[in-house]
Amino acid sequence: MDTFGALAQGLMVALQPMNLVFAFFGVMLGTAVGVLPGIGPALTVALLLPITFKLDPAGSLIMFAGIYYGGMYGGSTASILLNTPGESSSIVTALEGNKMARAGRGGPALATAAIGSFVAGTIATIGLALIAPTVVDIAISFGPEDYFALMILAFTTVSAAFGSSVTRGLTSLFIGLSLGLVGIDLQSGQARVSFGVPDLLDGVEVTTLAVALFAIGETLSVAAAGSRAEEVIEPVRGSVFMNKEDWKRSWWPWIRGTFLGFPIGAMPAGGAEIPTFLSYALEKRLCKKPDEFGNGAIEGVAGPEAANNAAAAGVLVPLLTLGLPTSATAAIMLAGFQQYGMNPGPLLFATNPDLVWGLIASLFIANVMLLILNLPLVGMWVRLLAIPRPWLYGGILVFATLGTLGANPSLVELGMLLIFGLLGYVLRRYDYPIAPVVVGLILGPLAEQQLRRALAISVGDPVVLFQSPIALTLYALAALALFGPLLFYLITGRKAPVGGDED
Amino acid sequence: MTKMLRGAVVAAALASFVPFVGAQAEVTELKIMAPAAPGGGWDQTARSMQQALQADKLVSNVQVLNVPGAGGTIGLAQFVNASKGDPHALIVGGYVMVGAIITNKSPVTLSQVTPIARLTGEFEAIAVPANSPLKSMADLVAALKADPSKVSWAGGSAGGTDHIAAGLILKAIGGDPKKLNYIAFSGGGESLASILGGKVTAGISSLSEYDAQAKAGKLRILGVSSAKRLPEAPDVPTFKESGVDVEIQNWRMVAAAPGITPEQKKELSEVVEKMAKSKAWTDMLKQKGWADTYLAGEAFDKQLAADIAATTTVLKEIGLAQ
Repeated sequence: MDTFGALAQGLMVALQPMNLVFAFFGVMLGTAVGVLPGIGPALTVALLLPITFKLDPAGSLIMFAGIYYGGMYGGSTASILLNTPGESSSIVTALEGNKMARAGRGGPALATAAIGSFVAGTIATIGLALIAPTVVDIAISFGPEDYFALMILAFTTVSAAFGSSVTRGLTSLFIGLSLGLVGIDLQSGQARVSFGVPDLLDGVEVTTLAVALFAIGETLSVAAAGSRAEEVIEPVRGSVFMNKEDWKRSWWPWIRGTFLGFPIGAMPAGGAEIPTFLSYALEKRLCKKPDEFGNGAIEGVAGPEAANNAAAAGVLVPLLTLGLPTSATAAIMLAGFQQYGMNPGPLLFATNPDLVWGLIASLFIANVMLLILNLPLVGMWVRLLAIPRPWLYGGILVFATLGTLGANPSLVELGMLLIFGLLGYVLRRYDYPIAPVVVGLILGPLAEQQLRRALAISVGDPVVLFQSPIALTLYALAALALFGPLLFYLITGRKAPVGGDED
Repeated sequence: MTKMLRGAVVAAALASFVPFVGAQAEVTELKIMAPAAPGGGWDQTARSMQQALQADKLVSNVQVLNVPGAGGTIGLAQFVNASKGDPHALIVGGYVMVGAIITNKSPVTLSQVTPIARLTGEFEAIAVPANSPLKSMADLVAALKADPSKVSWAGGSAGGTDHIAAGLILKAIGGDPKKLNYIAFSGGGESLASILGGKVTAGISSLSEYDAQAKAGKLRILGVSSAKRLPEAPDVPTFKESGVDVEIQNWRMVAAAPGITPEQKKELSEVVEKMAKSKAWTDMLKQKGWADTYLAGEAFDKQLAADIAATTTVLKEIGLAQ
């Protein structure tokens, strides 16, 4: 079938007034749950499923798509303004975004996030419509050994990107890796370092750790500094919106972020976090003003935000072409398909074209709606920062605690939030970077599982790790990231530019 | 004001299912715990029960509570501790819980709750990519007999139904379950991708996971774990037909709190039985593709005890439990 014809027909479905209402409701709800740490789109869609049972399938799937994209937008707003990453894929956004917000540049940060998400979402949705079958073939060809190589690439680039001192960065990374060991090991089913506490069997929740380290740790250090704190938060300095230079500095990160996010998001074990890490590291390397990184560089917001939205569209590639759910939200959307008696799988495009193209078209519409909804709100959002400091941080504390407990009502979870908050304070006090802890918690378990799968399949033969061309390419990139600065020094006699510490 | 408003919203939401709440039911309220995150099999079972019970006005007020984690053992522990003697509390569980209790060394077990009935079940299937040299169950058995460690299986988390089924198969053909090369994946999508991409020899999971791919010609299903051929896949032989004496189903059940009186148990059993026979429930099963494997009373108690014993043995043999 002609793709554009089908897409036009899909737009007709999505533009029906009732479906527009569903899309609007979805993006509003999605933005709201995206802002709250802990409560994400997956949980929301799951809770809505039984209620939408009686509704029209197209309408409810369009609403779910709105929730899905909206969650990605909402996560970045909380990250930038409050330093409380609502979703694990917006953790990187908090690094530069919150620095910008505190320097009176919250407006441009929110704007570049919103426009970047729109640009990435649109390009990636076009990719979904046009080249989904090709992308999925490549994505499926990734084996455990290739994923492991991807993780190695992420580790090397990320450890080079965060923090001014390698030792401090690696120390933080290893704290995260150790936390990643907690819980039931997937391959053997045995509990590790959980000390008989049942709540620890499922491991440490990434958003709990991130919110604790970022928001609670910071609140504690602000409180500890008391009147000695010199930094004054200015809600707005200069223009609320992006100026010419901001635009110039945002374009390429948006595009690069999109091209990192979409294919990795389409991989069954790719996820939305890894592209944000890679994008951050890449932008830091390419930035003409690397010393701004760590103090609020707009590229560090633009790239990762584009990457996570492109990844969100990428996740739909295996879902729609093969019926493979590769994220929690996708799994629940699959349950939604089944609820309406559709058979998700390779035949979905052929058996339910109206619905699939309606869904893809509604992604475009959700994107436009989110942009229209979010840009005018930027001015209002940044006013949040004008709240007097004790109230602001008091509010952040309440907000972070409620979000975490709302997602998982347990005393152990609350205890973890406080203990990790203290850890965040201590790390800040002694000038250790925070982000590598979270990176270690996310990447460590993934890398371990993939390595063990690769070795189990090869019956213990390590050669398998270096046989595939994909893995070798990724290792070459990792080596370049690791030794590139050294080569640069040897060739030019100058030290490669290194950015400042992120905190 | 907010409370009233919230009440009104909940009432409005419920009203879409229940036009009028009748008072003829004996059990007026129920709290069903789904010991898993929203969206999974147990959660869907609990929410389907909620819909069926309310649609037929068997119980006017049904709430579902999610307590996720560790194969349901976290929810189970909370249920046993908090609901003792509560005649309005139910918990959804299943075969996965049996394995999780053993491998996690859970302090609470299923002997501490009051099993009411088995409700649904899904059968396991073995799938290989369409271009695999393994054409039948006999080919797979031959490969396993040659060297079990060279046959890699993709399935769900370690100690779950998929893993146990693979262990039982290897044991049934006289192999050493310790040599089972089982690769655990956390989500259905990731394991399916590894089978489609030819990264593993075979996949083992619920038939519904593979059905769509098989219909599209991308996967070949070698066998199913049911006693008789399944209506959804009439061409696929059972394991037993292929000479592998394994029969297993990933069942889901509902249990009541510990310490309730025999009368209370009887009352709950009657409500659950009425629900299981209702049209709303059977429609829901059909729509979700779940088999009706309703079993209650002593027959279920016996089946449960047998499953626990067999699972303990095979998990020990695989090396997941001492």
